[in-house]
Amino acid sequence: MTAAAPGPTRRQGDPLKIVLPLVVFAAAIAAWEAVVRIEGIPPYILPAPSLIARTLVTDWPLLSASLLTTLETTITGLVLAVCGGVLLAVLLSLSKVVEYSLYPFAVVLQVTPVIAVAPLLLIYMPQDVAVLACAWLVAFFPVLSNTMLGLQSVDRNLMELFELYGAPASRSAAARFGARLKALWYLRRPAALPAFLAGLRIAGGLSLIGAVVAEMAAGSAGAGSGLAYRIIESQYRLNIPRLFAALVLLALTGIGLFLILAWLNHILLRRWHESALAPDI
Amino acid sequence: MTQLPSALVSLRDVTKVFPNGVTALAGFDLDIVAGEFVSLLGPSGCGKSTVLRLIAGLAQPTEGSIAWPGSTGDDHRGEIGFVFQDPTLMPWSSTADNVWLPLRLRGVSRRDARDRIAESLALVGLSDFAKAYPRELSGGMRMRVSIARALSLRPRLLLMDEPFAALDEIARFRLNDDLLRLQAELRCTIVFVTHSVYESAYLSSRIAIMSGRPGRIVAEIRGERPGERPKDFRTSARFAELSGRISQILLQQTPEERP
Repeated sequence: MTAAAPGPTRRQGDPLKIVLPLVVFAAAIAAWEAVVRIEGIPPYILPAPSLIARTLVTDWPLLSASLLTTLETTITGLVLAVCGGVLLAVLLSLSKVVEYSLYPFAVVLQVTPVIAVAPLLLIYMPQDVAVLACAWLVAFFPVLSNTMLGLQSVDRNLMELFELYGAPASRSAAARFGARLKALWYLRRPAALPAFLAGLRIAGGLSLIGAVVAEMAAGSAGAGSGLAYRIIESQYRLNIPRLFAALVLLALTGIGLFLILAWLNHILLRRWHESALAPDI
Repeated sequence: MTQLPSALVSLRDVTKVFPNGVTALAGFDLDIVAGEFVSLLGPSGCGKSTVLRLIAGLAQPTEGSIAWPGSTGDDHRGEIGFVFQDPTLMPWSSTADNVWLPLRLRGVSRRDARDRIAESLALVGLSDFAKAYPRELSGGMRMRVSIARALSLRPRLLLMDEPFAALDEIARFRLNDDLLRLQAELRCTIVFVTHSVYESAYLSSRIAIMSGRPGRIVAEIRGERPGERPKDFRTSARFAELSGRISQILLQQTPEERP
C-alpha cells in the first residue's frame, strides 16, 4: 500500500502523537503532487493525489456501490467467523474428544493459502457465496485459536477455588457437565475476552483480505462489483486514477475496521486488563 | 494415637502418591482441634501444600483416612475457606464481586450477598475499596481481598497455603496481626502452611514440623495460645526461644534432603 494510514483520531494524551503522523502524511501527499506536476508524469503511470480525489468524487456512484459490496462481504464474513470460531472453541474446550478430532482440520483450513482455494470455491458455489466463504475461511482461524487459548488461560488456582466452592456434590456425568458449563460462564468466558478480542482484531483485517482475494479470483471470471473487482477492471482499462481511488477506499475500509475493533477492545478491557492501559492503537 | 473427641479434622496414616510416582506423604498423622492455629512447617517439597489440598477435598489420599469426627455428611467444602499463595483474584471483577464468588457459586444473588460482602470487606479493613479492581490494589490489599473471599462463607476451617510469602515484611507483620484478630473474632480454626520459622512462631498455637519427602510429622511444638499477641512479642525471650527450638528441629530435617 502506497498511501500511508492517517493518524488515529481519538487518542488522549500527547497531541504530538496525533499531529506528527498527520504532518508527515500531508507532507508525503504534497511531495507526491509536486513530483507528478514538475515531472509531468502522465496519469496512466502515476496520477496526482488531486486527480485521485477528483476521480473519487466523479466515480462515486460506481465506487460507493463497490465499496458497499466489499464491506458487506467483509463484515458478514467476520460475523460468521466470530460465531463459528467462538462456538467451535467452546465445544473444543468442553470436550477433549471433540478437540482432538476437529482441531487438525481447522489448522489445515488455515495453512492452505486462501488464494489457492478461491478458484475451487468459485466452481462449487455461486459467486457471492464463494466470496463470502473466502472471507469467512481466513477470519475463522484467528478467532478460533485465540478464543481457545483464552478459554484455557484461566488461573489454575481459580479453577481449584471453583472446584472447592462450586462443584456439585454428586459425581454424575450430568452434574459434572453442569459444573463445566458454570466454570465456562463464570471463569473461562471473562478470562478469554482479551485473547478473543486480539483474535477479532486480526480476523477483521484478514476477512477484508479474504474478500479482496476472492473478488480478484472471481473478477476475471465475469460479473462482480466489489472494490477488488474494480481494481482489476481499472487495470485492464488502464484507468489508473480509478484504480488508485479504489485502493484508497480499500485502505480506508481496513483502517476503519481496525479502529472500530481497537476501540471495542479498549471499551471492554479498560477497567482491568493491562493491554487496554497502554496506548497501543 | 487415639482420636481426640474434639478434633475437627483428623488425618490418619495418610499416604499420597502422585500419578508420576512421587510419594509426597507417607504415614502422615495430624489432628486439628477446633479453635487451634496450626502451622505446617517443613523443608520445601515436603508435601505441606498437599496436606491442605487433601483436607480441602481437592485431592484424594492414596491410603489412609481423613475424617471429620464432629460433623455429619461427606461434603465439608462449605465449611472450608482456602487462601492460596497468590491472591488469585479475578482481574475482570471488582473487589466486591471477587468476594461474592463463593456465595455466587452457591447460588446466592448479589443482593442477598450484599451484607455478607460488606461484612467480609470490613473484617479485612477494605470497606472503601469495594469498587476497586485488583489491578488498582497493592499486593497486601489483594491478599486481604483473597482472605475476605475465603471468609465470605464463614468457614469453620481456614486453610492458608503460604499466603504472605510474596509480601514485604511490613505488610506481612500487619497481616499476621490482622489474622490473629480475625481468628479471635470469628472463632475459626486455621491451618497455615509456611516456610518461615518466625511467622510460625509468631502465629501458631501449635507448630507441626514435617520431614523431607515423603513428608510426615516429626515434631510438634506448642506455641502461644490463639489470640492477639502483645506488642512486644516479636522481641520477647519467649518468641526467641520458640523460634530457636523450631529452627533446630527444622535443621535436623534438612541434612537428610541434601547429604
